[in-house]
Amino acid sequence: MAGERTSTMTGILGWFDQRLPVMDFWNKHLAQYYAPKNFNVWYYFGSLALLVLVNQIVTGIWLTMHYKPSAAEAFASVEYIMRDVEWGWLIRYMHSTGASFFFICVYLHMFRGLMYGSCQKPRELVWVIGMLIFLALMAEAFLGYVLPWGQMSFWGAQVIVSLFGAIPYVGEGLVQWIQGDYLPSDATINRFFALHVVALPIALLGLVVLHLGALHEVGSNNPDGVEIKKKKDAKGVPLDGIPFHPYYTVKDLFGVGVFLTLFAFVIFFEPTFGDLFLEYDNFAPADPMVTPEHIKPVWYFTPYYAMLRAIPDKLSGVIVMGAAVMILFLVPWLDRSPVKSIRYRGMLTKIALALFSVAFVTLGWLGMQAGSDTQKLVAQICTVIYFLYFLLMPVYTRMDAVKPVPERVTMHD
Amino acid sequence: MAAESVNHGRRRFLTASTAVVGGVGTAFAAVPFIAAWFPSAKAVAAGAPVAADISKLEVGAQLVVAWRGRPIFIVRRSPEMLATLDGEKDRLKDPDSSVPEQQPEFAKNAHRSLKPDILVLVGSCTHLGCSPKLHTEVRAEPWDAQWKGGYYCPCHNSRFDLAGRVYEGSPAPTNLVVPPYRFDGDARVIIGESEGAT
Amino acid sequence: MIKRLLPWLFVLVAGPALAAGAGPVLLQSGANISDQASLQRGAGLYFQYCASCHSLQHMRYSRLARDLGLTEEQVMTRLNHTGAKFGDTIRASMPAGVGDDAVGGEDWFGKAPPDLSLVARARNDGPNWIYTYLLSFYPDPSRPSGWNNTVFPNASMPHVLWERQGIQTLRPAEEHDEDHGHPQPPTFDLQTPGTRSAEEYKQDARDIAAFLEYVGEPAALERERYGVWVLLYLLLFTGVAWLLKHEYWKDVH
Repeated sequence: MAGERTSTMTGILGWFDQRLPVMDFWNKHLAQYYAPKNFNVWYYFGSLALLVLVNQIVTGIWLTMHYKPSAAEAFASVEYIMRDVEWGWLIRYMHSTGASFFFICVYLHMFRGLMYGSCQKPRELVWVIGMLIFLALMAEAFLGYVLPWGQMSFWGAQVIVSLFGAIPYVGEGLVQWIQGDYLPSDATINRFFALHVVALPIALLGLVVLHLGALHEVGSNNPDGVEIKKKKDAKGVPLDGIPFHPYYTVKDLFGVGVFLTLFAFVIFFEPTFGDLFLEYDNFAPADPMVTPEHIKPVWYFTPYYAMLRAIPDKLSGVIVMGAAVMILFLVPWLDRSPVKSIRYRGMLTKIALALFSVAFVTLGWLGMQAGSDTQKLVAQICTVIYFLYFLLMPVYTRMDAVKPVPERVTMHD
Repeated sequence: MAAESVNHGRRRFLTASTAVVGGVGTAFAAVPFIAAWFPSAKAVAAGAPVAADISKLEVGAQLVVAWRGRPIFIVRRSPEMLATLDGEKDRLKDPDSSVPEQQPEFAKNAHRSLKPDILVLVGSCTHLGCSPKLHTEVRAEPWDAQWKGGYYCPCHNSRFDLAGRVYEGSPAPTNLVVPPYRFDGDARVIIGESEGAT
Repeated sequence: MIKRLLPWLFVLVAGPALAAGAGPVLLQSGANISDQASLQRGAGLYFQYCASCHSLQHMRYSRLARDLGLTEEQVMTRLNHTGAKFGDTIRASMPAGVGDDAVGGEDWFGKAPPDLSLVARARNDGPNWIYTYLLSFYPDPSRPSGWNNTVFPNASMPHVLWERQGIQTLRPAEEHDEDHGHPQPPTFDLQTPGTRSAEEYKQDARDIAAFLEYVGEPAALERERYGVWVLLYLLLFTGVAWLLKHEYWKDVH
């Protein structure tokens, strides 16, 4: 037959390979995907995030086998999992701890991108798709947090859904439409469950495929920000590139070992992580008549929550919070520096990134506090720093002195 | 790349070691996920032994109680009923209760029960799970002209004698199951646990 | 001890954030769920004094027997006074609701006494809260029950353990030695001694706190035991993976 591909493989694999591009896929994404050889510790978090995604999907499927998505039964069904289901406690803790570790990986992964200019040309789309993953992940985490139907689940849903009420004219109707009721209720938990276990996981998986597809099209950046594809040998292999498999598969395997050790430590010894991963108020069943004394989101949302509270006006607060996430989409076009990596940039960029990081972490801390007047002022200052980092980026990245970028990557370890 | 000094033996050994260690870990990690499908503490509690009061059970009559969601037949057999058991042996598939899973060891006797008169059976046909009906009158029945009394399954015409033993020619392959049970005095049968073991 | 490390790191970073709950000053209970004798004593006290009003609706008698090293007979005769089956969850022996003719907790206390399955988890520093709560009852004629509590002011619950503790009065606040910045726990004067000495009563409270901490998360008993093996395995895996990585990366360096 004309056009039939010939496979280098024989036997069963060969049979498949003639019908499905198994070998092509293996080569394109692993054996002949050339990654820069100078990846440092920051480059573990992408593969680790993927690992946590798999963990969330597997443990999540198992939780749905025992969980009951109704306002009357949800809370008791979680305790049923924790006590009556064989090993249910482990599966639940893997899922709840996994949520926090997902955000740890993703935040570090994003910071890496800012630090080494990974969003610059030609990787704009990799960054934009990554931001969509971040958005989907925030929605996924919020919806999942509502499902145990404890006090924090209920009041978290109440507060977050109320944010949509800030939208003029349609706000109130929108809130009722989202909840399917006048308050977070049985209808809410049922639809949140559907979104959490079906719709958003599908979206997340699709986006991850696109993220990796886009990355493998343009190739990985590296801590030096050198385009390895510019220097190739006679066979067209980048001189500073090494095949992802076996070099980065074995390296990531080591990273997985370290990561799982930390992960297991939390699961087995400190699953609530001192009220940060599982909050004590959420061990009380949802009660629409009594608000807990201290309402705060889980730690990974607190930076944005602090911004919301720092703004005295409801609508403006919601806009600021939304803008704080959305502005990240624009980074590939805000960064005007001729070099990528922080290593060859000047003091201005370094100071800006340092200030931004401090402001972000401070906001995260402030978001967990009760919120005194001083704290509110600090939160406002940090919010300004957060936005200035992005808004002034076109200015300082262009003004900044840059060091000469080497022709080839450097190795430090 | 300094390919000249590659120690292939060491690489193979380390690759195999990682695969083995990782494989063992994955196998152990699978255990909780497999175990999570077994009956939970709630299901086990719901399937706990049940007690049946047989003090008012008349001779020749049947009492049906539920255990683990299935009907349990308890019959107080009359001496006449017990007398029929021996005569039917050559018409039965397994007259001596030799299939081990069909009854606890204590019921592997001529009357398939702990006390000769009290019969305890799981009321599900061993063919496809319908519930057989008790017909105690000795007379010609449509399904058997020499009917001596026993269970008849309306679904697929399986027939069992008054000890739950299956007749030749029935689609059911084995005798009706005798559940584990014990007596608590003369008035109570505890279904779901036997003397000594549960 | 090692399990206390990580949260402490956070406390250092997050500063007074977590302590800023502005709740009552709690005493250190010293409750220890790996002390099985303490859990057994706590269970005994719970079923004698608490279980008539407070259910443990997520906890099963059978689980209690397994985890506390008790036989089915011991649990069914000494602890279970409701006639429930061994595999059942623990209901209060007194009917909870109004509605029918039965006189229940709701009629006595204005509202149904809460289920205590998760009381140790649903409160900040739960076991210490329970311990301090049990030590902080004093007579207050203005309350319907005749009792009040400094940890949970105006609680509807009377001091069910008063025979053991005795009757203590609250020392008025102005007599406190004010240590500025550090709120001091309230102090009490024992008026009528109970059947237990002060130290023995503290042990009672500690046992109940440990029992309720266990009831809040029964898996905690096995969790850490498995955790040690999982961590040892993961360290082995990480070590082998590092050797493998190191071997392959000789090509690159």
